[in-house]
Amino acid sequence: MQVKEALEKFGRTPDKLIGAMLAYQKTTPCNYLTQEDIREFAKETGLPESRVHSVASFYSLLSTKPRGKYIIQVCHDVPCYVNNSTNVVIELEQRLKTKMGQTTDDGLFSLEYSSCLGCCDKAPAMQIGDNLYGNLTAEKISSVLAEHRRKSHE
Amino acid sequence: MNKNACVRKLLTKRFGEINPGSIDDYISRGGYDSLRKALAMSGGDIINEIKNSGLKGRGGAAFPTGLKMQAVKEAGGSPKYIICNADEGEPGNFKDRYLMENDPHQLIEGIIICAYATGIKHGYIFIRGEYARAAAMVEKALEQARIRGFLGDNILDAGFDFDIDVYTGAGSYVCGEEFALLVTIEGKSGRATYKPPFPTTCGLYNKPTQINNVETFCNIPHIIEMGGAEFSKIGTDSSKGTKLVCLSGNVVRPGLYEVVFGTSIKDIIYGLGGGIPNNREIKMIQLGGASGPVIPSDMSDLPLDYASMRENDLNFGSGAIIVMDERINVLDILKRIIGFFHHESCGKCTPCREGLAQTLILLDRFIEGVAVEKDLALLGILIETMSEASICGLGQAAPTAIKKVLQYFPEEFQSRIHATDSAAV
Ligand SMILES: Cc1cc2nc3c(=O)[nH]c(=O)nc-3n(C[C@H](O)[C@H](O)[C@H](O)COP(=O)(O)O)c2cc1C
Ligand code: SF4
Ligand code: FES
Repeated sequence: MQVKEALEKFGRTPDKLIGAMLAYQKTTPCNYLTQEDIREFAKETGLPESRVHSVASFYSLLSTKPRGKYIIQVCHDVPCYVNNSTNVVIELEQRLKTKMGQTTDDGLFSLEYSSCLGCCDKAPAMQIGDNLYGNLTAEKISSVLAEHRRKSHE
Repeated sequence: MNKNACVRKLLTKRFGEINPGSIDDYISRGGYDSLRKALAMSGGDIINEIKNSGLKGRGGAAFPTGLKMQAVKEAGGSPKYIICNADEGEPGNFKDRYLMENDPHQLIEGIIICAYATGIKHGYIFIRGEYARAAAMVEKALEQARIRGFLGDNILDAGFDFDIDVYTGAGSYVCGEEFALLVTIEGKSGRATYKPPFPTTCGLYNKPTQINNVETFCNIPHIIEMGGAEFSKIGTDSSKGTKLVCLSGNVVRPGLYEVVFGTSIKDIIYGLGGGIPNNREIKMIQLGGASGPVIPSDMSDLPLDYASMRENDLNFGSGAIIVMDERINVLDILKRIIGFFHHESCGKCTPCREGLAQTLILLDRFIEGVAVEKDLALLGILIETMSEASICGLGQAAPTAIKKVLQYFPEEFQSRIHATDSAAV
């Protein structure tokens, strides 16, 4: 998708900017907005570049740095924490051979912390893209990762 | 205890019994009857019913909904807007997600009735970016409602035009705060501003705006159906109706429970939640979410009731109950809570931005056992300043848990003060 296309779909008024940026970001290979993208959003909407940049860097679902194809967000707020979310992080770091805040060498997964995902009754929880995974165990984590690896080959 | 004594299903009565993706299912269970009834009433009469019901906002601040609607109706300026706050970012809360995923038409019906009563033509449902499934359910339900003539021009031939747009957030807790939410819809970074003026007179694009929580709107069809007076018989003197409670943490059956106001916290944790795994003891309970107070287990007899809470200088916010058992480290939990606010602070005002950073440093000193007596005094001043001088509710409420630990669990801090303290000071 092009920046232009995203704006055509959502509309060029300021209230559509965040939605258009989210949709566009999803289609980029590294899940982020480049300086070039931001410049183009500014040009196309007629908003100052500084304003577009401030929006892109304010929200945690938007990124101005390259990330993996799949972003794994692990909840670390209290309800998940007291249900051993720390083990989820350890398990993911070991399986992915990467650290929190980093991207795997193959560029497939980025590991991030997230605020509460609204899934505290199924703690510990994580989210990948639009999919929420609760009641995480080592087995479940392994099958979720395998599922995404498979999907990436499709 | 009879564990069903406190349960009353009003907002959740259709959960699991209807296909939430089917408007026909909703209609077959009496759905949109309240809208028909409301359209035959005057806006003023509807607002009176809501006032009589005693309904208070379920987003955390418990402001009377009828009064808010009246303020919007009487405010000068047009167009006016109505916004449903479905940002639900407070850790420990998931009720609004359940309401949207399991019965989206109930919410939509509530919003339409309010818009009709206050004379509003345009509405938004602001859904947090992480709630993709809820957003999809709501979008689908809106489309169905349009086809059936519950939304759009000349709704049910009553001469009332109204429609709703879904707006999804992009990952920011502070956007649940009213002004941050408004500027986000306007396409800017979500930062809060001083109040007053309030959104009721100066909201979206500086126009009068009614903002309510998902659960608040979901009560509206029931109030219209049974009448305000009848609704007000449910609950206690200060707290009318039912409350959705999000039970989480160290508990056997975490989940969403709808209870009558007046139900005790203990009955919720033990009666509905099945108690603590392995019969452990409760160390502390947090009410409302990260911004809420913590209490020791011997206060769990307290009922969910606005007046009782206020008497104890407590509140239950939007209805989360987070149970933590004896194994937790209290200071470690506080650090997580403050870490959350530090991450989510919009950075606009100094007490919140710097105060949270400094609080984290101080907490670390206690955790590492190098704190001195002076640090405790410093912590007290710091959190007082944050509560008093922060611009918005985020900074004001962020230190609540620390305050309550200092009150109910002072030994947690005292015991971490370095032994050579007197020499150091
Ligand atoms: C930092 C902050 C975050 C908030 N987040 C939410 C939220 O996610 N959902 C919500 O309904 N209210 C939230 N509120 C409260 C709203 O500002 C507002 O009071 C509420 O939406 C009003 O609706 P009600 O009267 O129906 O409760 C938040 C407040 C603050 C200060
Ligand atoms: S209190 Fe915090 S979140 Fe609110 S305006 Fe100030 S810095 Fe922003
Ligand atoms: S605290 Fe993890 S999903 Fe809510």
